[in-house]
Amino acid sequence: MESTSGINESNELSLAEFPYIIRWREDRCTRCGKCTAVCPTRAIEPTVFLQRRAFSKGEGPNPEVTREVMQGVQQINDLERYCTGCATCSFVCPNVAIEPEYNPHHKFLFFKNKGGVPYKRGGRRNDPGVSTVDQLKFSRISMLTDPALDAARHEFYVRTLLGRVMPAEDLPLKTVDDKLMLSGPSTFIPPVREIFPIRIGSMSIGALSPNMWEGLAMGITYLNEVEGIPVAMATGEGGMPPRLLKSRFLKYFILQIASGYFGWDEIIHALPHMQEDPLAIEIKYGQGAKPGDGGLLMAYKVLNLIAEIRGVPKYVDLASPPTHQTKYSIEEAVAKMIQSMSMAWGFRVPVYPKISGTKTATAVLNNLVRNPYAAALCIDGEDGGTGAAYNVSLDKMGHPIVSNIRDCYLDLVAQGKQNELPLIAAGGMGKTGNLAANAAAMIMLGASAVDTGKYIMQAAAGCLGDEYNRCNICNTGRCPRGITTQDPKLYRRLDPDKVAERIVDIFVSANVELKKIFAPMGRSTQLPIGMSDGLSVSNKETAERLKITYAV
Amino acid sequence: MGSIGQVNGASYFLCFKEITELAIKPLTKVPVRIYHLMSHFTKIVVFVEVKTSLCRLSAITSDSYFSPMENILALETMKEGHDGSGLGLMLKDLGGVFADFKDYPILSCICSDKGLDMLDEYMTQLGFETKFSWSPSIKTGIGIKPRDHYIARAYDYPSAVKGLDWRAKEEVLTQTRLDLRRLGEEDESIFAFSFYPDVLALKEVGDPLQLGEFFSLGNGQLEARQIIAQGRQNTNYDIYLYACHPFFIQGYATMTNGENTAFVPIKEFLTGLKNPAYRGYNSDSEVFAHILHYVDRTLGYPLTYYKDVITPLSNVEIDGRADAKALALIKRSLRPLCIDGPNAVVGFTPDGTVFMVQDAKKLRPGVVGGRSGKYGLMSEECGLDSVLPERDRDKDIFPMKYDMVIVPPGASEVIVWNQLQG
Repeated sequence: MESTSGINESNELSLAEFPYIIRWREDRCTRCGKCTAVCPTRAIEPTVFLQRRAFSKGEGPNPEVTREVMQGVQQINDLERYCTGCATCSFVCPNVAIEPEYNPHHKFLFFKNKGGVPYKRGGRRNDPGVSTVDQLKFSRISMLTDPALDAARHEFYVRTLLGRVMPAEDLPLKTVDDKLMLSGPSTFIPPVREIFPIRIGSMSIGALSPNMWEGLAMGITYLNEVEGIPVAMATGEGGMPPRLLKSRFLKYFILQIASGYFGWDEIIHALPHMQEDPLAIEIKYGQGAKPGDGGLLMAYKVLNLIAEIRGVPKYVDLASPPTHQTKYSIEEAVAKMIQSMSMAWGFRVPVYPKISGTKTATAVLNNLVRNPYAAALCIDGEDGGTGAAYNVSLDKMGHPIVSNIRDCYLDLVAQGKQNELPLIAAGGMGKTGNLAANAAAMIMLGASAVDTGKYIMQAAAGCLGDEYNRCNICNTGRCPRGITTQDPKLYRRLDPDKVAERIVDIFVSANVELKKIFAPMGRSTQLPIGMSDGLSVSNKETAERLKITYAV
Repeated sequence: MGSIGQVNGASYFLCFKEITELAIKPLTKVPVRIYHLMSHFTKIVVFVEVKTSLCRLSAITSDSYFSPMENILALETMKEGHDGSGLGLMLKDLGGVFADFKDYPILSCICSDKGLDMLDEYMTQLGFETKFSWSPSIKTGIGIKPRDHYIARAYDYPSAVKGLDWRAKEEVLTQTRLDLRRLGEEDESIFAFSFYPDVLALKEVGDPLQLGEFFSLGNGQLEARQIIAQGRQNTNYDIYLYACHPFFIQGYATMTNGENTAFVPIKEFLTGLKNPAYRGYNSDSEVFAHILHYVDRTLGYPLTYYKDVITPLSNVEIDGRADAKALALIKRSLRPLCIDGPNAVVGFTPDGTVFMVQDAKKLRPGVVGGRSGKYGLMSEECGLDSVLPERDRDKDIFPMKYDMVIVPPGASEVIVWNQLQG
């Protein structure tokens, strides 16, 4: 064994510490250079190396040694240029010569804080385990005590309400000739929208590329206008293109206002010219992926379009503060914000806050219950995604959505308010691909609707991220799929029409799957919100916590 | 072997059965219809409609008093559709031995010896004074184990209550019933079903016909102008007297044929209304009575809106109604009360109106027929044939998914209210 004194690079890492190791096959490589050109982190580069070959001719061992200079591909031994496992190299390789391989023994997080800068990334919580919502099953099947409904034949109404629903006692009604009529125009009736219970959650036009956002918007429009499925989409912080703000399509979008107020200059200026009201206004107070942290759009994503929409200079980091600067107390600030937003559209638009999952969610909820203008509460659980956040926030901060929603719903039930203030569950919906099942389970636990973002990016645009930290470089603006980048060279890879087509596929099929879940459970005319007797789980503690059936 | 199907809007179990020619005859005697017959090699193959085993409903409303045995005999003809696991009777507008006590609240309950002592003590303490007490003549030896006491007792109001207005009196009666229930619920020493003027409830586990004999209901002591009866008690839960239909609350009673798939959200909504009488729910069908009470009495909506609440129209259909604006608001505000399952609901209201409504998909059988002065609202035609054999069958009404059939007090006519037209 060589003496350790011969090793003088102990301060350096070997590739064995890296999360992905590039497997390059010299025998298949055509040296076209495509892989090194597309690598978003420049983790591989063309290289030359000296190759020593020894071979013998004749009968006896008589080795001759030759040395050749070879061209090839090498992985860079620099954690700033680590391989993310996105496999864009494999995607472009004409001869199946290269692929990244996950290294389960990596020590990435031990070293990824160079310069005292903690690891930042995009994506989702790196937790590949089966989420609680995915463990829930639908076990109350109508069969002989009742005929099950037929998902293909019977009429189904898979819609939910977004907005403050008045209690029946307060409705301004009077009886005239055995008919109920409105008793007068003086009573304020809060605006309520009927939407499909799965929404596209807030992803901003800065976080997403123009092509991705356009694809989503086209898909949503098609679903609403052609398929008759009223799917809503939230904009995220950062506004919308002014052209869209003034279009008839605005009614399918939920405008988000967050602590940076990005995009609201344009929105306010467009107000007098709006043909339609937006579907709703979402006030973002928190985000499940990074509770207590503000939004962040890195400078290299702030190019022309984004600078124009948001009303900011180009190439500057756009950080939204962790909290709304005007926030003094929930009673004062939230109520005022809801009032202001409501007033801007003449109280015709539902306005609701979005918070990150937290143990204090019921406290927020109870405040909203007492505010007759609060239209809903959206809670974003720890499995929510983001375009940019500290890894520690993503992985370790937050509250699971399932018990958060359940607690809030039961809190509303205790007050008899469960039909008045809709709860929207976000964070991890469709995390493993079971979007409709996750949505149905959350609805039966008490949610009126669910938001999904990562599922949409994966299913509609082929996002490469996963819970093993694959890719997850949305924050860098170098998204290899062109989903979360503002670089035209990258986003032109994404065809907005194909994204739109996939959006339609996703929601049309989710609509069928929801019916396939509800029909055998004998529910069709109204969404089974809070139908917790329909659910079971094979874990006793979970069953007790959620007050559902334990079944093994 | 077979599958669920729908014929004439009602659900049937379509089975494929090989039978011999001799076997056809007895089959046709029961409420099973042979609708297609074909030969298949040497055997006769018959497609048979057999109604699924469900609860059976038998309601009669009349301008003159009649015996609850009429309801029971109707249930007997529908026996193929229930398993004889129980009988619940709710009588309104009483004749017979109660004809002279119409203004006095009648407490209907089942007690153990201990329960009766507790009940007497409690009622005395409240100041209720017994005016008249009736118990059925129990016939033993027919396989039904009698409980200690079956009681229907008319009380005079305590002096402090006498001067109250009717609504306040009602609250006292309801609270008293709930208190009695609470007193005897744990050890099952008291089952208090109703405490209300001119209303009597009788419930027991067993075959309805045998129970009619057991209670000697044919002896003329009990009569009423409106009687609703349900055969086959709950099989979804333990058979328990508080789970037996019909359910009663402040003059409203309903019984149901079917399972309520939306039970939990409805129950949670009702309990959230903070009405102390909205409790129990040992059966998923009890909510139907409470929804009726909430819609008609608490909210003050006309009776037909009960149908609009439990089976709301689609938005497009609502637009066609004259009361569209109000209806759209109601649909939202009372969204959790949508029953959404396969149910036929039959019930009565405080004024003696008897009604039948179907679920939004008409998944349960139901028929209304009769003549001016007497109508039956039954699960099946054979039940009507038993009660009103002389009626004009051509005028029988099979309420479909939009219909609410209403027979006003006095049973002079039958009204079919169509939800689409409002």
